Amino acid sequence: MNKFLDRFFHLSTLSIALLTLLITGAIFGVLFEEAKPAIDAFGFEFITNSKWAPNLEKFGALPAIVGSIMSTSLAMGLAVPVAIGVAIFLSEIAPEKLKNPVGISIELLAAIPSVIYGMWGLFYFVPIIRDAFGGLGIGLLTAGIVLAVMILPFMAAVTRDAMNTTPDILKESAYALGGTKWDVVKDIVITYAKAGIIGAAILALGRAVGETMAVTFVMGNVHKIPSLITDPTTSIPVALANEFAEADEDLYFSSLFYLAMILFMMSFAVITFAKFAFLKRGRSAK
Amino acid sequence: MSYTEKRILINKLVMVLSTLSALIGMGFLLWILSILVINGIDAINWNIFIYEGAPPGYEESGLKHALIGQALLIGVSTLIGVPLGILAGTYLSEYGGLKSKLANIIRDISDIMMSAPSIVIGSFVYAVIVAPMGNFSGWAGIAALSIIMVPIILRTTDDMLQLVPSTLREAAFALGAPKYKVILQVVLRGAKTGILTGVLLGVARVSGETAPLLFTSFNDNFLNTDLSEPIASLTVTMFNYATSPYEDWQKLGWAAAFILSMFILTLNILGRVILAPKRNKK
Repeated sequence: MNKFLDRFFHLSTLSIALLTLLITGAIFGVLFEEAKPAIDAFGFEFITNSKWAPNLEKFGALPAIVGSIMSTSLAMGLAVPVAIGVAIFLSEIAPEKLKNPVGISIELLAAIPSVIYGMWGLFYFVPIIRDAFGGLGIGLLTAGIVLAVMILPFMAAVTRDAMNTTPDILKESAYALGGTKWDVVKDIVITYAKAGIIGAAILALGRAVGETMAVTFVMGNVHKIPSLITDPTTSIPVALANEFAEADEDLYFSSLFYLAMILFMMSFAVITFAKFAFLKRGRSAK
Repeated sequence: MSYTEKRILINKLVMVLSTLSALIGMGFLLWILSILVINGIDAINWNIFIYEGAPPGYEESGLKHALIGQALLIGVSTLIGVPLGILAGTYLSEYGGLKSKLANIIRDISDIMMSAPSIVIGSFVYAVIVAPMGNFSGWAGIAALSIIMVPIILRTTDDMLQLVPSTLREAAFALGAPKYKVILQVVLRGAKTGILTGVLLGVARVSGETAPLLFTSFNDNFLNTDLSEPIASLTVTMFNYATSPYEDWQKLGWAAAFILSMFILTLNILGRVILAPKRNKK
């Protein structure tokens, strides 16, 4: 009896564990299957064509891909330096009494749903951009900034964790040699935690690429490569969120699945790269 | 300027810059938190819990439908996702171990799935559940949320079980207990608090998901508890109300945002409090 139960328990846990692999495979398979008509119709031109006209059954993903890349780069450009600044402040500068409360509140802010960052962007940030630059206030610049604010807490928390792993004795040795705080941060802490910091940035990048709700409110979903940074544009997740429930033609649907597949592959590649190149096993669980 | 003076100056400059960026970052985050609290408290009243959705302009409109819908979606996803995650995590730690190739592949894939764009999971569920069934449904939303939740629970369970000292397992084996009993009654019990924390964080994470629900559970402006029909959630309701041009709907959107954030923050804080005494012992 025990033997039977033992086998049963082993096999049932094994099959559930295998289920996770199965679902990941199924996501790839199903997305490809659903995207097939669009792949057959447009092939790789889908990626280089910039015309997205559902009424004419013409679909090109270039504006969405460019929009994704531009909004993500903008967000990373803004968030990475600030996040590293926050992390340096938290691990090296802040007085002991501040470290914990500020650190914990940053971690808690990373847990706030992204849809709320989007609401904040729409109601409070769009008017500011509108007043400053004219136009609608909705567009690439706003999306990039809202995205930057959304990934900031996550990136700052992970970067601080990486910096905190620097052994005190290394820092103390550098101070003993007469190094200033900046010398210690630059030559000891950042050098020691480099892999972790880059890994954190790439994980943040992976999040930003796939982020939907924070930017859907403020991007405009216009399938056009913006000529000005304040122009409305779109990104892959934004196009999916806005058009999925509306699509009626088969080819339209299929093109949206093609977009979803491209997005899945992009984020899969980014995260895999971060994991294998920069993050040691076990550390990445957070 | 002497070399020393230059170094001191650069040092001061960097310290100021770094403190400044911390202030800017914290400033933005405090800004968001304060508008959330101000708008939320301003919008919350008893009507929210008593009434369902109503056309704009009606006094008697509330979020009852979304609150109940959200509770159903999260509750059922938790009932599905948590056991699956714990059992799979148990396999990784107890049968697979750190050297098993299969276990390591599952760990890597789970890590990747944890950061995968949730809207893609929504479109996957649309293709396999919504399209064949012909309509949006609560079950589709639950499927999407469970797919997101399992990897989170799986990885925490795996990590927490590995913290259980192997002497405990050996002691139980020495008493003649079969492996499944050792796992169920000794190992899992020993890692109880850690797993509970993982569950709390997993539920918190899933509660804020909006994108995968947009075209799975869709939305409903009225109370519905039938999971084979479209069902309201706080997050999608928030999205629809916030993007509407009606001021009273926007207000309801803020109320939903406030309630949801408080729920998620409570879970997060609870998770920390539970884990805290254990961390100190180490």
